[in-house]
Amino acid sequence: MSAPLLDIRGLRISTEPARNKAQLDILKGVDLTVHRGEVVGLIGESGAGKSTLGLAAMGYARRGLVLSGGEIYLEGQELRSAGDEGLRHLRGRKTSYVAQSAAAAFNPAHKLMQQVLEVTRIHHDLSNSDVRSKAIDLFDRMKLPDPEHFGDRYPHEVSGGQLQRAMTAMALIGEPDLIVFDEPTTALDVTTQIDVLAIIKAVIRDLKTAAIYITHDIAVVAQISDRIKVLRHGEEVEEQPTHDLLNNPTQSYTRELLKARSRQQHVPSKNHLEPILSVRDVTAGYGNATILHDISVNLRQGSNLAIVGESGSGKSTLARLIMGLLQPSQGSVAFKGETLSPGLAGRSADQRRNLQMVYQLPDVAMNPRQTISEIIGRAAQVFRSLSRSAARSRAAELLDLVDLSPELIDRYPGQLSGGQKQRVCIARALAADPELIICDEVTSALDPLVADGILDLLMRLQEQLGVSYIFITHDMGMVRAIADDVVVMQHGRISEQGRKEAVFSPPFADYTHLLISSTPEISEGWLERAISERKMAAGGQ
Amino acid sequence: MIAMIRDFDIGAKIGLAIVVFFLAAVIFGPVLSPYSEVEIVGGVWAPPSAANWLGTDYIGRDLLVRILTGGRMTVIVSLIATCGAFAIGCPLGIAAAVIGGWFDLIVTRAVDAVMAFPGLILALIVLSAIGTSIPALIAMMSVLASTIVFRLTRAVAADVAAMEYIEIARLRGESMRWFLFKEILPNVAPTLVTEFGLRFVYAAILISSLSFLGLGIQPPNADLGGMVKENALAITFGRAAPILPALALAFLAIGVNLVVDGLLRHNARRDRHK
Repeated sequence: MSAPLLDIRGLRISTEPARNKAQLDILKGVDLTVHRGEVVGLIGESGAGKSTLGLAAMGYARRGLVLSGGEIYLEGQELRSAGDEGLRHLRGRKTSYVAQSAAAAFNPAHKLMQQVLEVTRIHHDLSNSDVRSKAIDLFDRMKLPDPEHFGDRYPHEVSGGQLQRAMTAMALIGEPDLIVFDEPTTALDVTTQIDVLAIIKAVIRDLKTAAIYITHDIAVVAQISDRIKVLRHGEEVEEQPTHDLLNNPTQSYTRELLKARSRQQHVPSKNHLEPILSVRDVTAGYGNATILHDISVNLRQGSNLAIVGESGSGKSTLARLIMGLLQPSQGSVAFKGETLSPGLAGRSADQRRNLQMVYQLPDVAMNPRQTISEIIGRAAQVFRSLSRSAARSRAAELLDLVDLSPELIDRYPGQLSGGQKQRVCIARALAADPELIICDEVTSALDPLVADGILDLLMRLQEQLGVSYIFITHDMGMVRAIADDVVVMQHGRISEQGRKEAVFSPPFADYTHLLISSTPEISEGWLERAISERKMAAGGQ
Repeated sequence: MIAMIRDFDIGAKIGLAIVVFFLAAVIFGPVLSPYSEVEIVGGVWAPPSAANWLGTDYIGRDLLVRILTGGRMTVIVSLIATCGAFAIGCPLGIAAAVIGGWFDLIVTRAVDAVMAFPGLILALIVLSAIGTSIPALIAMMSVLASTIVFRLTRAVAADVAAMEYIEIARLRGESMRWFLFKEILPNVAPTLVTEFGLRFVYAAILISSLSFLGLGIQPPNADLGGMVKENALAITFGRAAPILPALALAFLAIGVNLVVDGLLRHNARRDRHK
């Protein structure tokens, strides 16, 4: 094979040397080669150093980091010694970057075309009309609506998936040899992700551009890359062609990653259980906008109800309504047969105690200036009328119950890892001895293995304490694994509901099928199969 | 505290040294001085000498001891007025952010109405109406500065109030007291502490301006602004007498500003390392 396009050897990246602070290695001697026209996937949990490695391929280190050792060759040119001017010359033409959040990467004050063409203006190597027609061609390849006029819009006038594709067009406009994709579909809904993924794959294949594709989702990376490198703690775990990695992983960590997506199915609970919570014919919204239309949902005691749907489908709004944070304009919520007051103020202390909630982002769900003891203990103080010292020892017991060391009790949330924080949030909910916990996307901000641990914990707690759960999620894999009953929501309406076995077996309702078929699977060629299936379905209609 | 000071950069350390020196001088200086601030000890606008280190003022009082007692008056009045401004502005700001709705609307509009008047002019009108006693001065300065404190507190508290831990506290049915002191105040305190330093400097400048215009601290009490006015004519004789109290005020303002800047940088560094 010819000389590689990108050749990184023994790369070390560390934190900047600072007074009275030891230098910390983020990357500890990593190699990476990318040949022309090849797509290499980088995978690992957060903190593994995959974004850092991706940016290093462009000769860049984030603020506070330094390239402290090793070599980076791009077409034989060493980047560490290229200097700012040399790198500026390369960026946008030889290399470019697609970030996770297109919404944050576009400037809301300028039209899309202007921003897509910025690279060519900086390098002024093509005439204006040439680059415009090139941009329109790229918009067309990206299957953006009305490519001729798409660039005249502002970022807020297009959808998230379109914006992500526009950013890919922006990265391609300078005809780079290498594109670094940093989690480009992570922020998108599953049904949008599959489109964006298919388009990115087609375009980089057509243009024969080499790419580094960074993600934490092994199912996504399996669809798009020729080779996969697994990183952990700044070191390489293993690297293999995609097919071999999926079928014969040599390292136990890789095997765990592959297993995380196919966890054991939860044994469905008994069939005839009394409903603990009933939502009856609820319509609700904010101001004049109606978000929920005529929703009726039942949760059986001791069972798991999953509410699934894309963002904007109203599933979180439904959770807020059950909790009493939002008042319905019609309908009511009943808990154990008693109709709950629509507003929080009208509910008894015992009713408030019995409904608890765990949120998606533990970072904003815990006050950063309170210790773990205060965070968990306060709930015990308020709901169980414990004294301060009794609440503290209760907090220690609860930490033990959620598999955390009671030594963490005097730490602040900022000193814990993401998974530990989520466990503390669960412990806080348990401090009230609730009968029902609403879990709002509790695992979606976590790495797959950590998320798996949280789900195992929740299931174990259910066995021990008999608590019922409502899971709000967009992850069909998780629903399949843990739910007893499923409610599928779309545009504020229930499109399907029933026992999991019924919802997940044919004949599928249209929207449910779309959601299920859009969930990436760890197998080569899944993307093509899913897309062609979808085309057939569209053709048949 | 000590660790924080150690982490300060050089600018903040200089600022801290200035502030500590200034405070020590105005607290202990007048006690150690052989003269009192109202005692006539020499000729009019005498130049600096071994007996009067900075010379004398327009009726022959020792200028150094008057700057020190004047500085003390300025610091005490500004400090009390700033505390007053925070005592009014902070709770209202946090309450407006947490309660929202009509309460927020009424308080914010009322504050807007007060802010619509130029501060110095409003102060002049109020003081000429109710007289220039020191309690009246402090009350008026507190109310004026509290509008800005309210605005800032409401803005930073609104960011905190949008967090989910506030929603969780709401679900627990916590009291307003708990929201104020346990949930929100600890999160906005770093911003408010730096703002306190800035407001203190503005208060010192406002009281000096008022005294210069004759509506602030009244003779025979000395204060820095009043001293600039008393000695203003000396400038035509080439004497430094009106410059020195102004310099003392500038010295204090620069010192406090350096500390505030250092604190802001310190907080930014700490947040980055979290």
